Amino acid sequence: MNHRRTIVGTLLAAALMAAGCTGSGGTSKGADAKAPDDPSKVTGTITVLTPRTDIVQDGTMQKYADEFKKTYPKVTVKFDAITDYEAEVKIRMNTENYGDVLMIPAVIKKNDYPKFFASLGTAAERGKKYRFTDFTTVDGKVYGQTTNGGMPGFLYNKRVWREAGITDWPTTPDEFLTALKAIKSRTDAIPYYTNFKAGWPLTSWTYVNGSVHCDTQATAKMAEGNPWAEGADLRVADRLLYDIVDQGLAEKDPTTTNWEESKPRLAKGEIATQWLGTWAIIQFQQAAEKAGADPDDIGFMPFPAQVDGTFCAVVAPDYNQAVNVHSPHKEAARAWIDWFTDKSTYADDNLAMSPLKDAPLPEVLKPYEDAGVKLIEVDDSKGGLVKEIDNASEVGIYGPEYRQDLVDIARGAKDGDLGDFLDGLGERWTEAEKSLGS
Amino acid sequence: MTPTTEKVARPTKTAPPAAETSGPPRKVRVWQRLTPWLFLAAPLALLITFTYAPVANMVAYSLTDWDGVSPELHYTGVGNYADIFTRAELFQVFLVSGYYLAASVVQIGLALYFATVLSFNVRFRNFFKGVLFFPYLINGVAIGLVFLYFFQDGGTLDSVLGLFGYEPDHAWLGTPASANISLAGVSVWRYTGLNFVLFLGAIQSVPGELYEAAELDGANRWHQFRHLIAPSIKPVLSLTVILSVSGSLSVFEIPYIMTGGATGTETFVIQTVKLAFQFNKTGLASAAAVVLLLIILAVTWVQRRLVPDDKVEPV
Repeated sequence: MNHRRTIVGTLLAAALMAAGCTGSGGTSKGADAKAPDDPSKVTGTITVLTPRTDIVQDGTMQKYADEFKKTYPKVTVKFDAITDYEAEVKIRMNTENYGDVLMIPAVIKKNDYPKFFASLGTAAERGKKYRFTDFTTVDGKVYGQTTNGGMPGFLYNKRVWREAGITDWPTTPDEFLTALKAIKSRTDAIPYYTNFKAGWPLTSWTYVNGSVHCDTQATAKMAEGNPWAEGADLRVADRLLYDIVDQGLAEKDPTTTNWEESKPRLAKGEIATQWLGTWAIIQFQQAAEKAGADPDDIGFMPFPAQVDGTFCAVVAPDYNQAVNVHSPHKEAARAWIDWFTDKSTYADDNLAMSPLKDAPLPEVLKPYEDAGVKLIEVDDSKGGLVKEIDNASEVGIYGPEYRQDLVDIARGAKDGDLGDFLDGLGERWTEAEKSLGS
Repeated sequence: MTPTTEKVARPTKTAPPAAETSGPPRKVRVWQRLTPWLFLAAPLALLITFTYAPVANMVAYSLTDWDGVSPELHYTGVGNYADIFTRAELFQVFLVSGYYLAASVVQIGLALYFATVLSFNVRFRNFFKGVLFFPYLINGVAIGLVFLYFFQDGGTLDSVLGLFGYEPDHAWLGTPASANISLAGVSVWRYTGLNFVLFLGAIQSVPGELYEAAELDGANRWHQFRHLIAPSIKPVLSLTVILSVSGSLSVFEIPYIMTGGATGTETFVIQTVKLAFQFNKTGLASAAAVVLLLIILAVTWVQRRLVPDDKVEPV
């Protein structure tokens, strides 16, 4: 009996010791990744973590790296393409080995940036040249540099919309619904596709925030008020989504939707509309080519709301590249980020907005210029707080769950009433605001 | 047999060679003692590294407010547990487990039926054994994806029903009840094979003469099942029931892949995963995992109390 007890004790001690070995990696705070003065003198092999498995596999990334090597002959760039990027990098960031350059995962709190990343310079200095610097600024220092910018919007099949007799972009949610109804009655297309199963396409409705009222302080308002108050941006967006589903304008069975299939289906005109963003345009055009449809049929339109007769679109950064604070090759890493942002053709290749302030808009946004759509940048100084409130309240504006519930209510699979549902979200949100404020 | 004989035996054994050094025997004895541990070293190391250490870690995290990535974490005591037990909605998801529990009754029944039938001499029995066990060999993620197509609007199920002239036009994953029944059905399809093999093994361990004797005594198949098979598989049956109950409480793969917990199919484990990886409340999620562990232990304990596992007498 005693003997057995010692064995159990030993096992337990061993387990605890092993447990002690794991846990969080070391903390080091504050480091700068300075831009090298002489490109020929920078040396080192750097690893870049990226979620773009597609362009790593087809060699596009290697082409950028080869181009980079022409300027920085002694730096070798390797890529580590990760499919489940957010989850995997989050775990790797518990150690010191998370590449030399990485895209900042959404989970990292803004205030923790100095613990994980080396600073790229001051906000005052970088803000002159680049867009979106305040998204990664902590205490006046910038920790990330986005590869490209984008904006949310509806991808739609121009031919189907034309066949339904709609030539102008709807300017109010009601007009938008009328347009979808016309598509339903006059064409065979599914007017709107929710991509309910994949989930994250529902999440992109959150990025409507700012465009309804053309408000650059929209994020701050979320952090201080109720995002689902009457007339607030998210309430208008969620209301539209609800009405689309409630009035039978979405696909018949949302629970078994298929994201990959939805691309060629929209290109071929089986689906008329999806709320996504500029980043999706190139994917849908490629899908159109593969499916033998016309890539020019893919159109892009803003959220149906106008302030003083003009549409408003919110531009925001894609993933931000950052230098690992533990990297031994910070200069080489910094050189890669600078080169990739300033010199590479990445943004153009992806039909996306360049992060450089003086660069022209991409060709696909020509209709936006013609229609006089106003492009705004929402101030992100309260972005970190919004994330904290979101986590504390478990509402999940950056996850699909609450909109899946909303769609379920709209199609009658779940009991409830839209007003009560949105009010409930608002209540949880404002309660979390209070508990964090205290 | 008894300690006394040993005590007597020991001095007689050690006394004669006392003149020689006591080295070699002791060495041998040390080795004899060490040998089992050496054999055990590898599995124990693996067990500790991959099971007990993470569990110890999880319990430790459950007492903190860690978000899963930040280098800073604060000790919060039992705050997370208090949080869990004061939020009734976190336990509502256990209602979903009811569907899987009901399904596992069906599953055990089916497995028992097939195991019994196939333990007799049936034509193509090995083929049928293979067919029944096959689903269990498929990866759970693959099953989830395959059945997503199966339940799709106009998918496999709809077209098969269409062949029989029945067109239900029903969204199988569309409503909470329908979705949960469909998912539980997939779970039955997947795990029946495992139960079946366990039962078949137990049934085949019954010596053949017993069946012969029973047949001579005029017992029909039902009698054979009732009086021969049933008693001999009782331990396996109770094991299966325990596995089913704990399995129903911790369903994860199939609903997570197929619906992601949408439309009222969220289980306790999915909820825990969401707390940890979506809302970055690793501390709270660890506490939830500990609570689930305790619930399963409690259920098993109650079950063992109600149905004690009496020793099977050798037949």
